[in-house]
Amino acid sequence: MVIQTPNGYTLDNGGTRVVVDPVTRIEGHMRCEVNVNDQNIITNAVSTGTMWRGLEVILKGRDPRDAWAFTERICGVCTGTHALTSVRAVEDALGINIPENANSIRNMMQLALEIHDHVVHFYHLHALDWVNPINALKADPKATSELQQTAGPNHPLSSPGYFRDVQNRLKKFVESGQLGLFKNGYWDNPAYLLPPEADLMATTHYLEALDLQKEIVKVHTIFGGKNPHPNWLVGGVPCPINMNGVGSVGAINMERLNMVSAIIDRAQEFNRNVYIPDVKAIGGFYRNWLYGGGLSSQACLAYGDIPENPNDFSPEQLHLPRGAIVGGNMDEVLDVDPRDPEQVQEFVDHSWYTYGEPGKGLHPWDGITEPKYELGPNARGTRTNIQELDEAAKYSWIKAPRWRGHAMEVGPLARYIIGYAKGHEDITDQVDRLLSDMDLPKEALFSTLGRTAARALESEYCGRLQRHFFDKMISNIRNGDESTANVAKWDPSTWPTSARGVGMTEAPRGALGHWIRIENGRIDNYQCVVPTTWNGSPRDTAGNIGAFEASLMNTRVERPDEPVEVLRTLHSFDPCLACSTHVMSPDGQELANVKVR
Amino acid sequence: MTQTALILGIGNVLWADEGFGVRCVEHLADRLAYGDDVTVLDGGTQGLYLLPFLEEADVLVVFDAVDYGLPPGTVKVVEGDAVPRFMGARKMSLHQTGFQDVIATAQLMGYCPEALLLVGCQPEELEDYGGGLRAIVAARILEAVQIARDWLAARGFRAIDGPTVSDTLADASIRHAAYEDGRPSEDDACRTGDPRFFPVAG
Repeated sequence: MVIQTPNGYTLDNGGTRVVVDPVTRIEGHMRCEVNVNDQNIITNAVSTGTMWRGLEVILKGRDPRDAWAFTERICGVCTGTHALTSVRAVEDALGINIPENANSIRNMMQLALEIHDHVVHFYHLHALDWVNPINALKADPKATSELQQTAGPNHPLSSPGYFRDVQNRLKKFVESGQLGLFKNGYWDNPAYLLPPEADLMATTHYLEALDLQKEIVKVHTIFGGKNPHPNWLVGGVPCPINMNGVGSVGAINMERLNMVSAIIDRAQEFNRNVYIPDVKAIGGFYRNWLYGGGLSSQACLAYGDIPENPNDFSPEQLHLPRGAIVGGNMDEVLDVDPRDPEQVQEFVDHSWYTYGEPGKGLHPWDGITEPKYELGPNARGTRTNIQELDEAAKYSWIKAPRWRGHAMEVGPLARYIIGYAKGHEDITDQVDRLLSDMDLPKEALFSTLGRTAARALESEYCGRLQRHFFDKMISNIRNGDESTANVAKWDPSTWPTSARGVGMTEAPRGALGHWIRIENGRIDNYQCVVPTTWNGSPRDTAGNIGAFEASLMNTRVERPDEPVEVLRTLHSFDPCLACSTHVMSPDGQELANVKVR
Repeated sequence: MTQTALILGIGNVLWADEGFGVRCVEHLADRLAYGDDVTVLDGGTQGLYLLPFLEEADVLVVFDAVDYGLPPGTVKVVEGDAVPRFMGARKMSLHQTGFQDVIATAQLMGYCPEALLLVGCQPEELEDYGGGLRAIVAARILEAVQIARDWLAARGFRAIDGPTVSDTLADASIRHAAYEDGRPSEDDACRTGDPRFFPVAG
């Protein structure tokens, strides 16, 4: 059957159906089904969150000041960003203003998370879609050294001996039979295009990035008191500043700030000398593989983040841009108001939830999380062992959020396209330089590689912002302001009986919002609309497909039973299903399980 | 150089018996006082964030809910090289990087502690988002803690009675008692027992 979607896609569910379940190297549980025609082109895509998440339900009745600690447990990756969104939602509801230092510290923590997440995503989750570590064993260390000195001349670790050592270490690891970390790959698939030297260079950086990521998160340990699960506080940040303190427990002193400063520099050197050069070098070998753009050229959404000044979320004050692009109109970036009941709405006609009547969209303040698990008439298999979904009916545990009715892409690429369209100076400079260095047209941005490149550029931009807020905080402290928290409204007796608020952030994966209603000092309703809900959304009432689905359309796969191209594009979104969706099938396996029907 | 030990609880406290490991380290820290050479850590569902702690430790004890296909509430102890293999037996939580991957990464980087002990417990219920430990699993915490205490004592890490003060445990609002006391009733928040949305794998 051929269907035309309102957002411009022609779906044909004929041909061969390929089922990938679970999609691996992501957070959470996800399934993907695609139809492939006789030329191995994807003609239909179905993305499904296979878990139910009832966070909204378990927060009911809790103390709003504790919500951050629960939301931090949703996910194994973006703990801090949920916590930040949560305290912002509560502060918004109760009209609490945070002090200057708290804004700078929160920004530095959020930026550290962005950089950590982007680096780990690229090297440890996504690189294996492009890089073949087994092939690296065949590389000539001398030629690898030459490649390193051309691709990333400022990186000091570039001698033939260095690459030889890494190669030997890798050999030992693989020969010990512990393919472990690298066992997910289709290593003899012709979709891998790198010469062995590029594979060795990138695998070496995989190891360097493992060392680096341990440093980046120390920013959370210092400002958040601990990591994992740093501490947050409604009204500011929980760490006092005591510049003259020496080794005082928990307080921020000069010694600790010097550590933060050194970490910022080290991460930024990596971004500039390794991460961006690697994306260019690897991207260069795949320059003709420009699939996967999906909705990015049509519909992008960002709430914006990293406010220059505390408590001011107006768009011109945000370093990470806010806005919406619809209908592919890059000349007009629309403003986004998360309070407007007409803008952000969630639909459930194709999701395993019910609002009691079909066709309805609900703003998150009025959101309902009521499960309704049923399979469509054309689904194959059983309720407990689905072989093939019926996407004409309900088929996902993810709701379908829409902005003014449009399916939207969120994430680093969406932020960069919005920033570029708005003429954001730093973003425009970075993008233009990358395109000119790689000799690619602007349209190349709208692709899987564009998504991957935007993440690398953003990591570097975030490093600059970290430095900015570090300096800003030091100067503010020197001017005598050591305040980090406003506790004037800490006591619930100071709160109104009813209040509602919204907290927004740009999580590493994209626009994140928490909407809260407080009644008599307790949480009455709590709804999280997370980035992967946007990107991984199923069809909506009108039939618009979501961003994952759109991105897979018209991609050619070399071998349908080894859908490395599907994984490549899905991974480029850095999917995080833990917070967007409940395990339907608890026996998740390490290897992506592929069935071709 | 002085040897150091890491006592690590992993799992998600929001997923019923999946919280076993984290609850074990909380109870351990409440009852046993260790010196500065021992770190007691709530690892949650974190993956790579745990590497720095592994790197610093010579000896590692991990508490976790692990599916061995045994009767619910069975405590299973595994040592040494067998640890990652057992943890990899079935991946059932949301750990992006399963702990077996964390160990593999630590080995690849040369960070892995020399001695490993896994104190696992067979869960009864995982399909209860927002639920707490089932009684049969919660009842094994003291035994699990005692196993770890004896194993560590044999390696020179001795505890005395009394709490370990640690800033690497869960926030007070989600500690075991606070979490259980603040849970909405099942009438308000039906989380389990409804086969419509909790189908088991066929």
